[in-house]
Amino acid sequence: MAYSDKVVDHFNNPRNVGSLPKQDPTVGTGLVGAPECGDVMKLQVRVNPDTGVIDEAKFKTFGCGSAIASSSLATEWLKGKTVDQALAIKNTDIVAELALPPVKIHCSVLAEDAIKAAIADYKQKQEAGQAS
Amino acid sequence: MLKFPIYFDNHATSPMDPRVLEAMLPYFTERFGNAASRNHKYGWEAEEAVEIARKQIADLIGASPKEIVFTSGATESDNLAIKGAAYMYREKGDHLITAVTEHKAVIDTCKRLEKEGFKVTYLPVRKDGLIDLDQLRAAITGKTTLVSIMAANNEIGVLQPIDEIGAIAREKGILFHTDAVQAVGKVPFDVNASNVHMASLTAHKIYGPKGVGALYVRRRNPRVLLTPGIDGGGHERGMRSGTLNVPGIVGFGKAAEICRLEMASEGARIGAMRDRLNQKLHEGLDELYINGSTEHRLPGNLNISFAYVEGESLLMGINDVAVSSGSACTSASLEPSYVLKALGAGDELAHSSIRFGLGRFNTDEEVDYVVAKLVSVVSKLREMSPLYEMVKDGVDLTKVEWSAH
Repeated sequence: MAYSDKVVDHFNNPRNVGSLPKQDPTVGTGLVGAPECGDVMKLQVRVNPDTGVIDEAKFKTFGCGSAIASSSLATEWLKGKTVDQALAIKNTDIVAELALPPVKIHCSVLAEDAIKAAIADYKQKQEAGQAS
Repeated sequence: MLKFPIYFDNHATSPMDPRVLEAMLPYFTERFGNAASRNHKYGWEAEEAVEIARKQIADLIGASPKEIVFTSGATESDNLAIKGAAYMYREKGDHLITAVTEHKAVIDTCKRLEKEGFKVTYLPVRKDGLIDLDQLRAAITGKTTLVSIMAANNEIGVLQPIDEIGAIAREKGILFHTDAVQAVGKVPFDVNASNVHMASLTAHKIYGPKGVGALYVRRRNPRVLLTPGIDGGGHERGMRSGTLNVPGIVGFGKAAEICRLEMASEGARIGAMRDRLNQKLHEGLDELYINGSTEHRLPGNLNISFAYVEGESLLMGINDVAVSSGSACTSASLEPSYVLKALGAGDELAHSSIRFGLGRFNTDEEVDYVVAKLVSVVSKLREMSPLYEMVKDGVDLTKVEWSAH
């Protein structure tokens, strides 16, 4: 299978690989997928609590080149967005940007799920913090 | 001088040996005759060339030339052997035995026979990829006519105990077919020593041309009869009609002869190269798992899972090396390798596997290049792998609640 230039670029030069401290109340972590399915993505965001803007985004992905590229792209897009803007990112945007073929659409779905899971984790921490 | 991409996928197909091509060339042009033409020199010289090739192939497997039936390749040979025997001996019984790790040409042939009312037992394999002989014995009933077990597996290279299977088949009075495509020419294979009744062979895995194969069909003790799959002019003792692929057959014969003469030294050389690959990978990386028996294995095969790294991303990272992976992402079905799944090691190791198939034209220099490349790419991908990070943090991955998708 031939990969698009953008997938190859993200695969060879992945953006924002790494981890943020999971326990930090300003960090939201999303872990989606399963090893037996061949795809696991961990996506993390650090949100500025005063502005609600995502300052930092990091990922680690076990998966094919398209899964790595989808999560790398997602972290690029997340930085500078508000939490609500981040939730508006759709898997179809990722498919279009990376020119993913039909068999790789699930990679983009997983990236969208990872974004939603990371933001949900952040929101939960914020609510828990306010309640205490 | 390395030539890229480096070809380590000799189980898929092998490059043709130049000596084979040289032998074939005249049969495309000046010696173009039909081997079935009995009335002129063109036919005679084609027939003579076919008979020389038939002997070269028979000599490689300890058979008589009359027991070699030429086909278009091993898929056709598997179909002819299994369907041909099932139909021919249907009055005797309607039960066949094979194994879950067989090639699709065997499995899907058996599946079709099941649709036609035959019963098939698919033996499981042990963790090392080999069948359990007690399970084979237990599976044989009074209605069993055929057992089909491959000599060497195309993915994990394990050598099934064909001598013992042949002895059991003889004792129980059933036929034994073996898909010997990966084994013949690589390791000693003798139809009499192993009590084989039928064996599927192909040229393109032994440095010969594509599109030509053979089925060994035993003629004595006992004489095996087959219902043909293709009707026509009655070529190949009526078992396989169709004008013979003379240049292909000449090439197949030459390839078989070279294997017979060079197998011992070549096997040792390729085995040493494979061991070098394995050893150097283990020096550079941790958490590697070899799939299948290391003891009963083809010299050129290494199938390794690089834990916590997905196979397709690994192939993408080593794109100047031609290998294949059991990862779902590299298969059309999006399912990981059924052979690796059958070993019971867990799907995640199947997703992380690479099959290396070393052959005649590979070199130590290539091995060293591939090792260096893999160590660097696997290390990079593990840095990027959430699973590797979790394991290093002491998380037990089997205890995590994954969101399966």
